[in-house]
Amino acid sequence: MGLGTNKKTSPQPQVPRHNIFMNFAAQINSILAALILLTAFGLLVQRRIYGLLHLFAWQGLFLSISTGIVGYVSNVNHLYISSVLTLVLKVIVLPYILHVLIIRMQIHKEVETVVNIPTTMLIGIALVIFSYHLTAPIIEISTLVTKSTLAVALATVMLGLLMMITRRNAVTQIIGFLSMENGLFLAATSATYGMPLVVELGVALDILIAAFIFGIFFFQIRTAFDSLDVNSMAKLKEED
Amino acid sequence: MSQFELVLFSIIILLSGLVIIPLFARYQKLLIYISFSLTALSSVLAAAGGALAVANNFNQSVTIPIGLPDLPVHLRLDPLSGFFLTVIGLLSFFVSIYSIGYIKAFVGKRSVTHLVIFYCLFLIGMFSVVLSDDAFSFLISWEVMAASSYFLVMFEDERTENRRAAFLYLVVAHIGAIAILLSFGIMAGAATDFKGFSGYTFDAMRQTEFSVGWATAAFLLAFFGFAAKAGVIPFHVWLPEAHPVAPSNVSALMSGVMLKTAIYGIIRVTFDLIGDFPWWWGAVVLMFGLITALMGILYAIMQQDIKRLLAYSSVENIGVILIGIGLAMIFASFEMPLLSALALTAALYHTLNHAMFKGLLFMGAGAVLHATNERNMEKMGGLIHKMPWTAVLFLIGCVSISALPPFNGFASEWLTFQAFLLSPSLPSPLLNLLIPLGATLVALTVALAAACFVKAFGITFLGHWRGGHNPSPPFDSPLAKGGYRGVKGGKGGLEVDWFMRSAMILTAVSCLVLGVVPTLIINWIDILPEQLIGSRIAASAGEFGWLWLTPIAHERASYSAPIVLIIVLAVVLLAYILLHIRKAAVHRAPLWDCGFEKITNRMQYNAASFSMPIRRIFGFLFSIREDVRAVYPTGNPLFPKRLHYHLKVRDRFWGLLYKPVADASIWISRKVGKLQQGRIQMYLIYSFITIIVLLLFLR
Repeated sequence: MGLGTNKKTSPQPQVPRHNIFMNFAAQINSILAALILLTAFGLLVQRRIYGLLHLFAWQGLFLSISTGIVGYVSNVNHLYISSVLTLVLKVIVLPYILHVLIIRMQIHKEVETVVNIPTTMLIGIALVIFSYHLTAPIIEISTLVTKSTLAVALATVMLGLLMMITRRNAVTQIIGFLSMENGLFLAATSATYGMPLVVELGVALDILIAAFIFGIFFFQIRTAFDSLDVNSMAKLKEED
Repeated sequence: MSQFELVLFSIIILLSGLVIIPLFARYQKLLIYISFSLTALSSVLAAAGGALAVANNFNQSVTIPIGLPDLPVHLRLDPLSGFFLTVIGLLSFFVSIYSIGYIKAFVGKRSVTHLVIFYCLFLIGMFSVVLSDDAFSFLISWEVMAASSYFLVMFEDERTENRRAAFLYLVVAHIGAIAILLSFGIMAGAATDFKGFSGYTFDAMRQTEFSVGWATAAFLLAFFGFAAKAGVIPFHVWLPEAHPVAPSNVSALMSGVMLKTAIYGIIRVTFDLIGDFPWWWGAVVLMFGLITALMGILYAIMQQDIKRLLAYSSVENIGVILIGIGLAMIFASFEMPLLSALALTAALYHTLNHAMFKGLLFMGAGAVLHATNERNMEKMGGLIHKMPWTAVLFLIGCVSISALPPFNGFASEWLTFQAFLLSPSLPSPLLNLLIPLGATLVALTVALAAACFVKAFGITFLGHWRGGHNPSPPFDSPLAKGGYRGVKGGKGGLEVDWFMRSAMILTAVSCLVLGVVPTLIINWIDILPEQLIGSRIAASAGEFGWLWLTPIAHERASYSAPIVLIIVLAVVLLAYILLHIRKAAVHRAPLWDCGFEKITNRMQYNAASFSMPIRRIFGFLFSIREDVRAVYPTGNPLFPKRLHYHLKVRDRFWGLLYKPVADASIWISRKVGKLQQGRIQMYLIYSFITIIVLLLFLR
């Protein structure tokens, strides 16, 4: 599964750090990954919309720290820039934008779900197991320090998608989408020590712009349907 | 200028026409004169270039570096494409002249700018189809041709039937195009062992020895793809829908020459690109040809719409051409080059002839439509007095298509017959059965064609006017306002203008010329069988000079069109002299009315009654709904006041073959449409499940 390309595309760590450092950093990284997974589950469980925002900000913070550590371990300097970008965007800017949106549009403070929360949790657990199962062969071969976080990253992506599926309000779906993006980012750092800087800058910009577009769309959706419940968009369906 | 430059120049003229035409959009009349003069000019150039290429055995290709990177356009002018260029160019020259008169009637009623643009594009498409020397440019030209003719059919798009017909045409054309694309794909792939993409030129395909399996697949796909365009039964359903609703000049081109591009495709792929084939391919073509010819003409006889009748008759003629091609393939694979050349010559000759007389007939029908705003023959009649020119010219077309000497239809159908009759016994029992059977079927077809065109001419031009009035004439026709009694000018009062007349005269003259000098024509196209099969018949066919046509052997069969012409002229002259030598010889008196005294225009033979005997015999081939209803105003069943007779003859193929497919596709789309829930969560679940399944597979 694309293992040969792993070495080609990843920037070579120039000078490996000392071994103890390596172990220590790997441990910390694993803890951070666990925390990210925890916040991902937290997002699934949380019933209040502000709680969601806080959890999302926390997830961003863990991601940012993890990126920094990976950058330090692998000696890939541009990961520091990514780390700072993540910190600014995902911990400060995006939660702030969403916060303002929620206040401006007087969104219901309660999260409305399609499937009830315990069931969602069970599906989430199944997804985590599935992603460990999926990444097992990669982890076996990989030589990177961060290899154990790959499964967590994949699980975060899936949990984000799951969140988008099981929530009715457009704002919560956006949070699910952004958490999915977090998972992708984590996957990128853990699998290959991050993407090239250009790509990461592009992704960051995309996220920012996406947030603005979402904001505009929220207003549009609300003026069209008088609510942000995406189910009302079923009216758009063509009838025979 | 060499031939090739002539042809390329004609395409350049058309392309520049595309640029010029929009500039004149505000002066519609001027636009018509300018654009159709341009198309006429370019058609003449193309025809001349093509004819010279055939005559001089010209064969040259150019590579033009336009289009996609690494896919330059290859063009080649060789005798085969030259021949088809001549056919296309000649008819489109006549039709362009005709169009000036015909399209003028639309001025002031609707914009004709887009009609003219698509007309140019249509010609470009047809010219470049026959010139293409690689699969890529062939398919592009093919699509340009299909798309532009779609818009031409759609010209009067406010009517539902036009939109329906155009859509049906587009669907069938594209199904055919997919088959052709696959066929070229197979050949291009087999040429490079499926490793590269350099096999897409016809040259590469020509040089490849295809394995039997690939060759068969490529041939069948190409045959059915082209058959859909040519209107071979059972792919003919679009023809009788699209031709009647298209403007008549367009129907003339579509029927006269666009169908022929499909014939070109079949010949090009089979004889040129694949080159080596087993006999049963020929048997397939022959059988489809026989079915198409017979069924086509039977359906034609049943029609009341004159253009629909002509459309079905085109189906029949395509069948006759395919019969020739099928025979040529059979004989070629049994190593009988002389007979094969004869059959192929017959097919090509008939291609040229059909373009001429079917073009003439569609132009004549267009003239009638132009004058009377009527397509239904049941409402015509007696037009010979009002449109004497059109009547005579239409009659010439009818005589030609009915294969009566000395006109051109006879020469080519006679050659087809000779190919059948001269065939020795072949080493295949199936063929020994099929060939005599085929000969009889062709005989039947030709006889039925004659009956069909007696009907077409007789009902339209003879007798008395049957029609009523038409509430909304697109043409301000005098007939539309209550019968022809009110037409000013009396005799000839409905005649069309000189553009249309002269175009029809030219076409009629070419019908006669093509029929009178068959030996010269055969000499001219003899290079084609020489190149494709490796044998020529001109030596034996013209053994006794240009006067006598003796295919293969003079002791078996011979025909001299000039002598027949002279005899016909002599008899006509004699009859005229005998009748007119004394003024008193011709009496004009009222019709004998059997003592009934109140004879009306409706007491005539009409289209439905004319075809009734044939409908009775071959009724099983059609789906016929006939009901008679009497109205008894007094309640007494003995004294009906009037009788209503309804007859609906329909093509069985629609119900048997197409309707199930159409219904099934609608059913499937409804089922698939259920996927569209309108809920974002559902769509997300779709992608989620897809991702998970894919991940499972990829693990």
